[in-house]
Amino acid sequence: MKVDCDISVRHLTRVEGHGNIRIRIEDGELREALWEVVETPRFFEAMLVGKRWDNAPWICGRICGICSIGHTLASIRGVENAFGIIPSLQTARLRLLLKHMETLQSHVLHLFFLVAPDFLGEASVLPLIRSRPEVVALAAGLKGLANDLCDEVGGRRLHPTRTVVGGFTMLPDRRRLSGFRARLLEAAEGLKQAAAIFKGFRLPDFVRETEFVSLKGEGEYPFIGGSLISSDGVTRPEPDYRLMTNEYLVLQSTSKWSKLSRDSFAVGALARVNNNFRLLRPEARELAREFGLVPVCHNPYLNNIAQLVECLHVTGDAIRLLDELLGSAWEQPRLEVTPQAGRGVGAVEVPRGILYHAYEFDEVGRIVSCDCVIPTSQNHANIQHDLTALARQSARQGLGDREIERLAEMLVRAYDPCISCSVH
Amino acid sequence: MPDSSSTPKNYLGVPVKRPKVAFFELSSCEGCQLQMLNNESSLLAFLDLVEIVRFREAMSGGGDDYEIALVEGSVTRSDEVERLKIIRAQARLLVALGSCACFGGVNQLKNRFPLDWVKREVYGEHPIDTAPARPLSDFVAVDLKIYGCPVKKEEVERIVTDLVIGKDIAYPDYPVCMECKANGNLCLFELGEPCLGPVTRAGCDAWCPNSRAGCWGCRGPATDANLAQMLAIMDERGFSRETVIDRLECFGGFASQVAALRAAGGHR
Repeated sequence: MKVDCDISVRHLTRVEGHGNIRIRIEDGELREALWEVVETPRFFEAMLVGKRWDNAPWICGRICGICSIGHTLASIRGVENAFGIIPSLQTARLRLLLKHMETLQSHVLHLFFLVAPDFLGEASVLPLIRSRPEVVALAAGLKGLANDLCDEVGGRRLHPTRTVVGGFTMLPDRRRLSGFRARLLEAAEGLKQAAAIFKGFRLPDFVRETEFVSLKGEGEYPFIGGSLISSDGVTRPEPDYRLMTNEYLVLQSTSKWSKLSRDSFAVGALARVNNNFRLLRPEARELAREFGLVPVCHNPYLNNIAQLVECLHVTGDAIRLLDELLGSAWEQPRLEVTPQAGRGVGAVEVPRGILYHAYEFDEVGRIVSCDCVIPTSQNHANIQHDLTALARQSARQGLGDREIERLAEMLVRAYDPCISCSVH
Repeated sequence: MPDSSSTPKNYLGVPVKRPKVAFFELSSCEGCQLQMLNNESSLLAFLDLVEIVRFREAMSGGGDDYEIALVEGSVTRSDEVERLKIIRAQARLLVALGSCACFGGVNQLKNRFPLDWVKREVYGEHPIDTAPARPLSDFVAVDLKIYGCPVKKEEVERIVTDLVIGKDIAYPDYPVCMECKANGNLCLFELGEPCLGPVTRAGCDAWCPNSRAGCWGCRGPATDANLAQMLAIMDERGFSRETVIDRLECFGGFASQVAALRAAGGHR
C-alpha cells in the first residue's frame, strides 16, 4: 500500500523542553523526517566566566529541573579534579546514594507520568488517577520515597542545598536515615508490580544498529566518574571526553550534536545496561532478561525497560549504601578547599546518559572557561537517524498518519530527552 | 481530562469553583513546574481544587480556555515575547512562577557581558538568536509573583488555594533571618559562612540555612531590607565584596543594589 503522510508536531508534549517532529511521506516514499530542537539557549558556559569556583555547582545545578542533582555532582567533581581534592569514602557513599535516588525519581517520572499514558491510551497521567488509581499510587509512592531520601541527604529534592565542593554542608539525621531502609525494601517490591504493569505493554518492534556509549564500570555499575566505553570498542579516560563528544552545530537545532565512530551514538539507560550488563545486581539482570533485554539490544524503545531495570538496581544498591553508612560513625562532613590553577573534568551518569562538566581556573580559583556536555545533546543525532529509519519502515508498512505520529512521538519520548538541559 | 471539571468542590464546607489553570515555560530549567509533580503527598488534593488544562511537560493536548496562567522562566527571545502576550490576553490572572519569571533568575547573569561575546563563547560563529534575559514584568502586566529558585511547592499550593477561595495573598515582609532564628538554627555567620538571610524576603522557611548553606537571595529583597547593615556584617566577618556581589546578583532580585555597589566599588 502506498501512503501519503504529513505530520507536524510543534512542541512535543510529555518531554522536558521544546522540540518539533516533522515527517512527510509522498506516494510511499519518505521525503522528510526531522527532529528539530527549538529551545532557547541560556548560555551557562558564558555566565560562569569570571565567577569563583564555589559559584559553579550552585549555578550549574540550575541547568536542569529534573537532574539538578546530577549536574551539581558533575560540577563538584570537575572542581575537585581541578583542585586535586579526593572526597572521603563517606562523601562518596552519600553522593552515590543521592545519585541513586535521583535516578529512581527521574526514571519513575518518565516511565509512569510521561511514557505509560501512551500505552494506556491517555493524553496524560491525570485521567489515570480515576481509571487506574493503583498505578498512580504506585508511581507516587516510588517517586515520593526517592524525593524524600534526596531531601534527607541533599537537603532538597530539586537544586540541592547541602552538596558542596569537598563534601556536604550537613549530614543526614541517622535515625531518619535508618527509617528509609524499610521504605527501600517496600520500593523493591513495588518495582516488581511496576514490571508486571510494563509486561502488559507492547513495545514497538523497531531495531536500528547503534553505537552505545556509557561510563565503564570498574567493579561496580558506573555512576560517578571514570573512563567511557562504547559498544564499538572505543575507550577514553575521563579528561579526554572531547574525543568522544565531538560536539558540532547543525541548523535544525539550538542544541549541539555529537558523533564518535559512526554518524551518531546513543547514551542513557540502554547504553549503560548494554555496556555494563554483568555489573547489574542479579535481580536487575534477571528482570532485564524477562523483558528480552540482553546486550547488545538495538531497539531504542527498550530504553524504557532499561530504566525499569536500573530502578531495581539502584534501589538494591541504595540499601547496601545505607547499611554501610549506618554501620560506620560519622566523620567530618567536608574537606578544606584550596583553589589552584588548572583544568578539571567531572563525568556523571545522569538518568539520560553521560554528563560532563569541565572548568579551567586561574590561580585564585576564578573560572576562565567552562564546558558542559549534556547527554541529550549526545542523543539528538541518534534520535534523528532513528526517526528517519522509523519513518521509512512505517512508509513501507503502509501505516496511517496517526499511527506513524504515535510511534514517532513514542520514539523521542523513549530517549527521555531533557531538551532545555541539552541547550542550556 | 477528569469528568467532574464543572462540579463545584467544597473547601471547609464552602463550595468553590475549580478554576482552569495552565502552566507555561519560557527560558528555564522547568524545575518550578516539576515541583508541582514533586509534591507527591498533596498532589491529588491539589488537582481536586483546580482544573489543569495545559501542562505540556506532563500532558498531551490541552485547552486555551484557562483563567489562571502560571508562567515559568525568563524572556530571552522575541518569539517568547509573542507567546507571553498571547498568554496575557487570555489569562484573567498571570502569575510569574519562580525567580527566572520574577527577576530573570540565573539566566540574567549573562547580561553582565556584551551579547556578541556571550554568543561567540558558546556557539562560535554559528548563528543563534538571543536577547538579554528579562523578567516577565518587562513585557506584560504580572498580577502575582511566586518567588524562589526553586519555588516552594507548599507556597504555590497555598497561594493557588487562597486564589481559589478568594483570600488576599499575603507575603511575609520580614527577612529569611527571622524564619531561620525561629527554626533554632545556628547562625551561619558563626560557622564562617556568608549568608543573605538578613536582607532576603522570607517565605521559604529558611530552606538553605536549615541545611547550613548560606542564603543566595533567590527570593529578592525583603521589605525595607537594610543592605547597608548587611554589608557592614559581611565586612566585619571578613567576606569580600566579590563574595557578597556573587550572591546578590545570582538570581536578579537585587539588581538595583548590585548596580549601586558596582558603581561605588568598581567591581568587575
